[in-house]
Amino acid sequence: MKYLLPAALILCLWQSVVWVTDVPAFILPPPAKVAVTLWGNRALLAEHAIVTLSEVMIGLLLGAILGMVTALGLAMAPRLDRWLKPVLVLSQSIPVFVLAPILTLWFGYGLWSKIMMALLIIYFPVTSAFHDALVATPPAWLRQAEVMGGTRWRVLWFLRVPAALPGLMSGLRLAAVYAPIGAIIGEWVGASRGLGYLMLLSNGRAKTGLMFAAVLVVAVMTILLHAVVNRLACKIENKSRGQAEPSL
Amino acid sequence: MTARAPVPGLSFEGSVFADARTGARRLLGPLSLTVTAGRWTCLLGPSGVGKSTLLQAFTGLPDGLRMDGSAVLDTGAQPLGQVALMAQDAGLLPWLSALQNVWIGSRLRGERPDHARAKALLEQVGLGAQGAQNCTRLSGGQQQRLALARTLYEDRPVVLLDEPFSALDVATRLRVQDVARDLLSGRTVLHVTHDPAEAARIADDILILDHSGLTPVSVPQHSKQADDPKVQALTSDLTRLLLEAA
Repeated sequence: MKYLLPAALILCLWQSVVWVTDVPAFILPPPAKVAVTLWGNRALLAEHAIVTLSEVMIGLLLGAILGMVTALGLAMAPRLDRWLKPVLVLSQSIPVFVLAPILTLWFGYGLWSKIMMALLIIYFPVTSAFHDALVATPPAWLRQAEVMGGTRWRVLWFLRVPAALPGLMSGLRLAAVYAPIGAIIGEWVGASRGLGYLMLLSNGRAKTGLMFAAVLVVAVMTILLHAVVNRLACKIENKSRGQAEPSL
Repeated sequence: MTARAPVPGLSFEGSVFADARTGARRLLGPLSLTVTAGRWTCLLGPSGVGKSTLLQAFTGLPDGLRMDGSAVLDTGAQPLGQVALMAQDAGLLPWLSALQNVWIGSRLRGERPDHARAKALLEQVGLGAQGAQNCTRLSGGQQQRLALARTLYEDRPVVLLDEPFSALDVATRLRVQDVARDLLSGRTVLHVTHDPAEAARIADDILILDHSGLTPVSVPQHSKQADDPKVQALTSDLTRLLLEAA
């Protein structure tokens, strides 16, 4: 519901630009026209949206798992951390977009090149957020655990991971917004299905209304995805900070 | 503690510094201290003389500190597995219930938690009804009692207490002190406190630590009751000594 007001504002702005500048509809179609196109092409849009959504979801899942595993590995092996962290940071100086043609070359025109894009784009934020939280366990807790005679892996599982969940959650929130960007760019570079492909296709055929409709669907999809992840994240954060009743 | 390995005494000799590498900033010492096995020793003194540092030295964990000298158990055993620590900060894990916080040590060691004993300990510190509650919902005093239950659950021959009763109201404090004394009898307890009345009532041995070093205070035989005249006399003696030390 909190998106309603900003959405209405954007619509108003959009409509007033159309009225004031009197741009032709193939440059900027009025909202009403886009709405009609959206409804008229709902089956087509849904078909492509499902493709993009599955790329995003699989990329998100795999990227999150890979990011978590990396963060745990780095947290448990400080020496690995010293070597690998600079490599990770350095890798971020290459924009993931640059890799899109290469990924298409390697993984083909199907789902996997887009999944890889989504995965790569969220891998670093997830790894970095979770790892930073894993190495920030309050020292007093760790000392207590050591005096108790806790083993390294059990201290990780029962103490450091639960304490680091809020950090992981902020990484996942970012990932929910980044993953669709990766998938769409992947589709731009080479695809035969998906909303990114549909955007390029309708643009090439001067079907601006359809292109805008596709953009709208991507935006709504991303917002919904973020909302779902955010909900889950809030629940887990509350649990980690002790705001929810624990299940005994 | 049933007949198991002998209860060790503690002995400390040397100094502790804040910087592990350069040895700058002396936190404690040089001094030498022994804690008799099986007795409750209270360590009193003004803030900042290194009382908590001394406790930390006995956990065998330098934690960025440097020690010139030794802090050992006189049986020669390693502190790990022999020592339980109740730090100033309760250090409860906010995602766990009160009961789960009591047996967290078992979880961390990979043992099966002893539910019955954990529950019994919660009862004894007066938190029997709060076992299933999230620990963050407890008041400051309740959290301290929970931390005490967790320390008792560890069932170690040596117990280091860092102001364990400071957040408790007077009535609860007396009750919980009795519970602690009862459950820790026969073990070696080193108890850091600011409160002369607490030390006078509960301790077998009392040491005052100030910047010039350690001063032992003789403790007469008494009833361990707060209104025992001997306890009250000792309290005022200790207060006077602390005023001189500050």
